[in-house]
Amino acid sequence: MSTTKKVIIEPVTRVEGHGKVSILLDENNKVSQARFHIVEFRGFERFIQGRPYWEVPVLVQRLCGICPVSHHLAAAKAMDKIVGVDKLTPTAEKMRRLMHYGQMFQSHVLHFFHLCSPDLLFGFDADPMIRNIIGVAKKYPELAVQGVMMRKYGQEIIKATAGKKIHGTGAIPGGINKNLSIAERDVFLKDLNQMVEWSRGALKIAKNYTVENLEKIKPFGSFDSNHLSLIRQDGAMDLYHGNLRAITATGEKIFDQVDYSKYLDYIVEGVKSWSYMKFPFIKSIGPEKGWYRVGPLARINTCDFIDTPEAEAARKEFMAVTNGKPNNITMAYHWARMIELLHSIEKIKELLNDKDLQGTDLVVKGHRREEGVGLIEAPRGTLFHHYKVNENDQVVMANLIVSTTHNNEPMNSAVRKVAQDHISGVPKITEGLLNHIEVAIRAYDPCLSCATHAMGQMPLKVTLYDYQGGVIDMKIKE
Amino acid sequence: MAKPKIATASLAGCFGCHMSILDIDERILQLIEIVDFDKSPIDDIKKFTGQCAVGLIEGGCANEENVHVLQDFRRHCDILIAVGDCAINGDIPALRNNIPLKECLDEAYLNGPSVFNPEKIIPNDKELPLCLDRVYPCSEVVKIDYSLPGCPPNAEIIWQALVAILNNKPLDLPYEIIKYD
Ligand code: SF4
Repeated sequence: MSTTKKVIIEPVTRVEGHGKVSILLDENNKVSQARFHIVEFRGFERFIQGRPYWEVPVLVQRLCGICPVSHHLAAAKAMDKIVGVDKLTPTAEKMRRLMHYGQMFQSHVLHFFHLCSPDLLFGFDADPMIRNIIGVAKKYPELAVQGVMMRKYGQEIIKATAGKKIHGTGAIPGGINKNLSIAERDVFLKDLNQMVEWSRGALKIAKNYTVENLEKIKPFGSFDSNHLSLIRQDGAMDLYHGNLRAITATGEKIFDQVDYSKYLDYIVEGVKSWSYMKFPFIKSIGPEKGWYRVGPLARINTCDFIDTPEAEAARKEFMAVTNGKPNNITMAYHWARMIELLHSIEKIKELLNDKDLQGTDLVVKGHRREEGVGLIEAPRGTLFHHYKVNENDQVVMANLIVSTTHNNEPMNSAVRKVAQDHISGVPKITEGLLNHIEVAIRAYDPCLSCATHAMGQMPLKVTLYDYQGGVIDMKIKE
Repeated sequence: MAKPKIATASLAGCFGCHMSILDIDERILQLIEIVDFDKSPIDDIKKFTGQCAVGLIEGGCANEENVHVLQDFRRHCDILIAVGDCAINGDIPALRNNIPLKECLDEAYLNGPSVFNPEKIIPNDKELPLCLDRVYPCSEVVKIDYSLPGCPPNAEIIWQALVAILNNKPLDLPYEIIKYD
């Protein structure tokens, strides 16, 4: 009879218990199974039914307080279709873009400075009492201040375009409800150069970290996978709008320039009993091999170029590390994310200098339709919103595939890989080992229940059971 | 003299209230001078290290684990503040209260247009905490001392309330910032 031990790694907080990891060991302490469970369920798809469609872009933001703008805009894009609008006025589209780049900027800053910098600055095994943003503030006050001020800049842009920093109301079906005044614009222009400068600095930290530790982090939680993102018609990275492109781990195109309103022909979601998060995969390849990654790493891998000069130069450096082939190194997410940070501030600069933002033509009207799909590249990856609306203006169907859901299988693969490489054969569990698993998950900047992960380190409870269920060892990471 | 401790938790919420706490911006650096953070997602402390002066709760109770966490907070915090509408009345997550839970699960895992589920699985593993029949506001589970309404309450209100409580002074807000949505 074979014996099995079970290790439970339970993030009890970092947003009180929305995710946990379980690992099964065989009699030789080798990992036979490792799973990342999402333990919260909210049921948006059902309870949104019956609500009036114009409420949706405001309501669905409550999925996530960290990237509410992404949900706001994906829903607004779907509602544009419902009200029969295929093209917004230049002012409306550019205001939405500015809102989106502000969001991208603040979210990437939050992840890099507040969340992952303690791992990079202090090491995966550092004392957990200092391995947090407060530890960073004490040891590297300048860096902490930069993080705070950069996040504030992004949040202020959101407020100026959406009316409110969290859960704004700017985008409405068919357009936007305000423009940007000269006075508002000038406030942002004043601090712009400082933000560009600090973004360059953050990119440098991420790049140097990756290059200097390349041999160590290359295998860390890494594996080959497909990649998916939106792409502009000419192949440029576009975080606000585009068509779908998917590539293999070696760069062959699986599909390209697919109109996203046809997403159901290409993507389906599997269900597993042990997680509330579904498991999307590319239909034509199937559940075994069809899963893919989204987010900064996937976006850099899928695009042909970036249309802002400094980010494009950074992309070339990034691609040189893997000789122009897609980069499949999990920890390279951080570097990719900081390239996008710089890209976002370059885009913000472009937009602030665009007179269209002071335009007064804000909303377009069209002929009512019954169905709308809206996609956007959210900070964590491609975000899908799909609605059907009846003749009484009520939503009758809502389908949401959030960014983190696409990365479900990849996060599970990263957990399995780290467990196999670092926990197999180990009789004792240390706090540092637990953090290794978190570091791999954290690279994806997951937004569990589209928000659960937020800040700080995950608290973990690990219990080692014998084959009869008796507790051999228990460690609570505090 | 030891600094007072504060703790924070997110239950069934969207984390927007925690984001609003971060929106006090530079004053975060001031805050960590006047208080010590205990158990909170913004640091690395997962278990209470002692009794706290103030606990901030975001989100209502949607599953059994939320209830345990909330009860634990009540035991460890002298003053418990419900931050935001989810904690106060359930807010958007409570929209599911009028709908049988089974319908919500069926929609997400069986009926959705992109679902591929030939075995008709509904997540039910023992690793997943049990969902409650409905979403409960925090005050139906434990005693709540103060409530800060808003979705989320704006950062200024959170800051003013914390300063007032830590200094044992009444909260005196200018009329213009008292607006909720
Ligand atoms: S009150 Fe609003 S901002 Fe706060 S957790 Fe609930 S939905 Fe999010």
